[in-house]
Amino acid sequence: MSARGRLCALLALCAAALPALAAGDAANGQKLYESRCTGCHSVDENRIGPAHRGVFGRRAGSADGFGYSSALKKSAIVWNEKTLDAWLTEPEKLVPGQMMNVQVSDAKAREDIVAFLRSLSAR
Amino acid sequence: MSSSRSTPSIVLPVSGRRGFLGSSALTLSAGTIALLGGAPSLARAATMDPMKDAGILNVALALEHEAINAYQLGAGSGLLQKPVLDVAVLFQSHHKAHRDALVATIEKLGGKPVAERPIADYAKALHADMLKNQTDVLQLAARLELGATNAYLGVIPAFGDSALSKVAARLAADETMHWTALSGALGQSLPTAALGFGA
Repeated sequence: MSARGRLCALLALCAAALPALAAGDAANGQKLYESRCTGCHSVDENRIGPAHRGVFGRRAGSADGFGYSSALKKSAIVWNEKTLDAWLTEPEKLVPGQMMNVQVSDAKAREDIVAFLRSLSAR
Repeated sequence: MSSSRSTPSIVLPVSGRRGFLGSSALTLSAGTIALLGGAPSLARAATMDPMKDAGILNVALALEHEAINAYQLGAGSGLLQKPVLDVAVLFQSHHKAHRDALVATIEKLGGKPVAERPIADYAKALHADMLKNQTDVLQLAARLELGATNAYLGVIPAFGDSALSKVAARLAADETMHWTALSGALGQSLPTAALGFGA
């Protein structure tokens, strides 16, 4: 194989790996969720924060029975990898006037938590 | 539900409440009370946005309300034996001290403290009907304490007033102490990695 061919093959391998990396590790995300998020959240119950089942693809501030901030209800955000990552990075920066404020500073942890939240929508 | 109550499934590493906790727990609690409830300068401190800080503290207050009620559900379940029951009541008293201090601080910042909900609401949200023995109660308490630790650590960067960031760190320290004691009672191993909280 030529050098150009090997480079193309390498790039193809990298490209194939990217979606897996971007998807995060849902199993580790569940562990992180249970240690980082369950002080306020549950999968199926509204507590201090809203229930999370079905959050992926849901419009922000729309879970049944939870009293959201007006800021979040007005935000028009739909939760996906990008918006959830921004939310977990710094909620107030994404939605000024929100109520959560908890920040997850580690990017890999955020990615895995988001992967777990996404998996909840498939169950 | 009652069949498992008579057989404690937890072997405490040491006997007695003092041994369970070590001697520092009461000191920590008193320090927290002094820090929050007895330090009006904390609430008077200049903040970038006092109402935003009050909002963060109000979420913390909601968390403390839930913790108090969770321990109430555990203590009232009949599933806890001494000395674990005494420890649960002690930890509940810490959360009550946190609550009182947070209420005072929120009011001094000009906010309106969030009200406690009926205990039945907490029982439903926490699936208290699924608690069958002492281990179940301790596992629930440990999970909530760990979550509270990470919640307090996670809001530290959000405060406008750095004095409140320190308060959150001290509250997190209390919750970590609770979690550590509960994990020990459950026979769980200590974390092997450093810096495992709040990343």
